[in-house]
Amino acid sequence: MSEEMTPVSLEGAEKDSENLLVVKNLKKYFPIKSSFFKMTVGNVKAVDGVSFAIKKGTTMGLVGESGCGKSTTGRTILRLQEKTEGEVYFDGQDIFKLSKEELRKLRPRIQIIFQDPYSSLSPRLPVGEIIAEAVREHGIVPKEELDDYVTRVMEACGLQEWHKNRYPHEFSGGQRQRICIARALALNPDFILCDEPVSALDVSIQAQIINLLRDLQKQFGLTYLFISHDLSVVEHISDTVGVMYLGNMVEYAETDKIYSKPLHPYTVALFSAIPVPDPDYKMNRIVLQGNIPSPANPPEGCKFHTRCEKCMEICKSMAPEMREVEPGHFCACHLYDDPEELKKFGKESESR
Amino acid sequence: MADNKEKKEEKKSSYISAKESRKITKFNRKVTKRLEADRANAKKDPSLYKTHMKDDKNVVEFDNVCTYFFTDVGVVKAVDGITFNIPKCSTVGVVGESGCGKSVTSLSLMQLLQRPSGQTVGGEIRFNLGDGNAYNIVNTPTSKMQEIRGNKVSMIFQEPMTSLNPVFKIGMQVNEVLELHHPEMSKEEIRNRTLEMLEMVGIANKEGVYEMYPHELSGGMRQRVMIAIALACSPELIIADEPTTALDVTIQAQILDLLSELKDKINSSIMLITHDLGVVASMADYVVVMYAGRVIEKGTADDIFHHPAHPYTIGLMKSKPVVGKKVDELYNIEGNVPNPVDMPDYCYFRDRCEMQCERCKAKKDGAGADYPPEIKISDTHFVSCYRFFDEGEVLGYPKTVNAEELLK
Repeated sequence: MSEEMTPVSLEGAEKDSENLLVVKNLKKYFPIKSSFFKMTVGNVKAVDGVSFAIKKGTTMGLVGESGCGKSTTGRTILRLQEKTEGEVYFDGQDIFKLSKEELRKLRPRIQIIFQDPYSSLSPRLPVGEIIAEAVREHGIVPKEELDDYVTRVMEACGLQEWHKNRYPHEFSGGQRQRICIARALALNPDFILCDEPVSALDVSIQAQIINLLRDLQKQFGLTYLFISHDLSVVEHISDTVGVMYLGNMVEYAETDKIYSKPLHPYTVALFSAIPVPDPDYKMNRIVLQGNIPSPANPPEGCKFHTRCEKCMEICKSMAPEMREVEPGHFCACHLYDDPEELKKFGKESESR
Repeated sequence: MADNKEKKEEKKSSYISAKESRKITKFNRKVTKRLEADRANAKKDPSLYKTHMKDDKNVVEFDNVCTYFFTDVGVVKAVDGITFNIPKCSTVGVVGESGCGKSVTSLSLMQLLQRPSGQTVGGEIRFNLGDGNAYNIVNTPTSKMQEIRGNKVSMIFQEPMTSLNPVFKIGMQVNEVLELHHPEMSKEEIRNRTLEMLEMVGIANKEGVYEMYPHELSGGMRQRVMIAIALACSPELIIADEPTTALDVTIQAQILDLLSELKDKINSSIMLITHDLGVVASMADYVVVMYAGRVIEKGTADDIFHHPAHPYTIGLMKSKPVVGKKVDELYNIEGNVPNPVDMPDYCYFRDRCEMQCERCKAKKDGAGADYPPEIKISDTHFVSCYRFFDEGEVLGYPKTVNAEELLK
C-alpha cells in the first residue's frame, strides 16, 4: 500500500538536482496514552503518507481544512519533530539521517515563518538583536560587518534602520511579520517554510506581505512551501498546489491545472466554498455535510467517503491510490480508476 | 542626520511625561464620573431614553454615534460620528480593517462596552420597539437593556471556542436565555423549544447534544449552538461579529447558508461584521465600509462592489486576491492607519491616498482642510470623499464630541 501511494515520478527524484526538497511517503503519528501505565492505546495519524517534490526557485502551496495535517507536515520536514516513517531529502541529503552537528549546519538553509507574528517574536529583545542573533550564532558574516548586514536585510524587507533599537510591541501586525521575514532571510536560506504567514493580517496588509515574499523570491531565488487555508492567496503565490485531507494528499498538480479543473470531489467542494467578492456571483457551492472525522479513528477505505457526494461501493472498503490522471495532475480517487477494474471489484464483492 | 530627526519625532509622539500622565488620569476620572452620574439620572426619567424612529422601516438607526475610550495615553475615538440604518428584514455588512471600530459599533448597540473607560458620549442609537416607539440605547438604563439584550437583539461572537461556558451543558445554556425572557414558559416547554432550536440550526443528534458539554463539539457545531442561543427568542436583529473567521472554508459555507436561511424563517435583520469582502458579497444587501472610526462609504452591495467610490474601498477590492483572476502583483495600500489617540483634522485617508485632489488640501477657513462631508452620489450610495464634492449632494459633516467639553 505504502509504495503505491508514492507518485510514479518520485522514483529517484532526490538525485535530481533540480528538486530542492523531496518528501517520500512521510508519516507522523502521535501516540494516545492510556491514563494507567502510560500504554499506547492508539495513534493520531496526523500525517499518513504524504509525498511531493519541490523544484528549486518555485513555490508549492499546501491547502486543506484545519486539522488535516498541513502544519505537522511542515514541521516534520524541518525536523522540528521526529518522523514516524518516510524520507525527506533536502538537496539530496536525507534530513533524518543527519547527525546533530550536520543538522545544525543545515539549519540556516531551511527557515520558517510562523503564523502568528504576535507570539513568535521575543518581547524582550530589540528588533536588531532578533535578526542578528542567529546570524552571529551561525557566523554568516564577520563580527564587524554584522551591523551593516542587519541593516541591509531590514531594508530588503521594507523596515527602516531606526527600527533596530525598538521592541516588537511597538510594531503593527504587518510590520512584525516583516521582522519575522527579515529574521528568516538574514540566514541566507534556500528554502523557507511559510506556515500561514498572512492569515492573521488584514487584507491590505496581506497584499503587502505577499508582494514582499514574491519580490524576495525573485531577488534571492528562494524556494517556498506555502501552507495556508486561504485558497485565493495560495493561487496567487504558488506554482504547484497540494490538497490535503485527513493526513493524506488527495490531489497534486500545477496551480493552473488544479484551479481550472479540480478532479477530486473534495477539491471541487473546497473551491466552490470560497466566497467571491461579487454580489452577482451565482452561488452554486457544494456544501459539504458534517465535519472532518477524527484522525485518531479515520473512516475505512477512502477517508473522504463519509462526506463525498460521489461515493461508490468501492470507496467504503478500499483506499484509492495516488494516480497520474492527466499528465502532471495527480489525484487519489476511485472516480478516475479503470472502469474494468471497478467492474471486477463489483463482482468480487457480490460473490462475497 | 535625517534618520536621527525622524527618530526624535517618532519618540516625541509616543512619549508621555509623568506630569502629562497624571493630568490625563485626572481628566479621565472626572469625565467618566460625570458620564456615569448622567446614566444614573436617566433611570428616573424615561423621557431621556424614549424617542421616535425617523423611519419606521428601520430596526436600528445609528445617528452620529461617538464612542470614546478614556485610556491612560489619552482619549481614543474608536467610533467618531457614524451614521447608518439597518432596515427591517435585511442584512447589513460592516467591513473594515481591524481597529476601525466595527466591533465597538456593535458593542455600543448592545451596551456591552467596558465601562467606565469606554463610553458612548454622543449621538443616538434608536432601536425600534414597534408602534412608533423607540429607545435611545445610549441612555437606556441597564434594567431596560436586559429586556432587549438576547430578546430583541442578540449577538453571535467571533470565537465559538471561548464564548460558550465550559462547565454547563449545551441544553442548559440554550434554556437559560428562554428562562430569562419567557418566565411564563414551563420547564417542559422550554426543553422542547431548545430541542427545536437545535434541530433548526442543523444539529442532527439534538437529544445527544442537549446533554453534551461544549468541549465535546467541533468548532462548526459550537458555532451552530451559538446561533441557536442567539435565535432562541426570535430576535429582530442578530449581530454576527465575524461569525466565520475562526472556521474553515467548508464549515464557513455551511454556517453562512444556515444564517441566511434562518434570517428568512424568523424575519429578522442581520448586522454582519467582517473583514472578508467575499463573505459580505454573498450575504449582504447593504454594505457599510468603515475606516479609522468613521463610515467612509455606504450603499447597496451592488453600489459598493461594482461602483466603489472611495479610494480606500477601491484599494481594498484590488488588494484581495481572487480565485481565477491572474495578476502579477497585488495592489497594496501604502502606509498604516493613523494613530487613534492623535487623529489628523483632515481626511484620515489622505496620507495613504493615491487619488488626492486639490480640495483635499484646500483650506476652507484658513485652518487647513476639514474631514470630508458625507456626499450623496446616488439614491442609495453615500461616500465621504472630496472627489465627489462638486458632483453629488453634500449632506453634512460628521458631528463629533470634544472630550474637553463633556465637563462643562
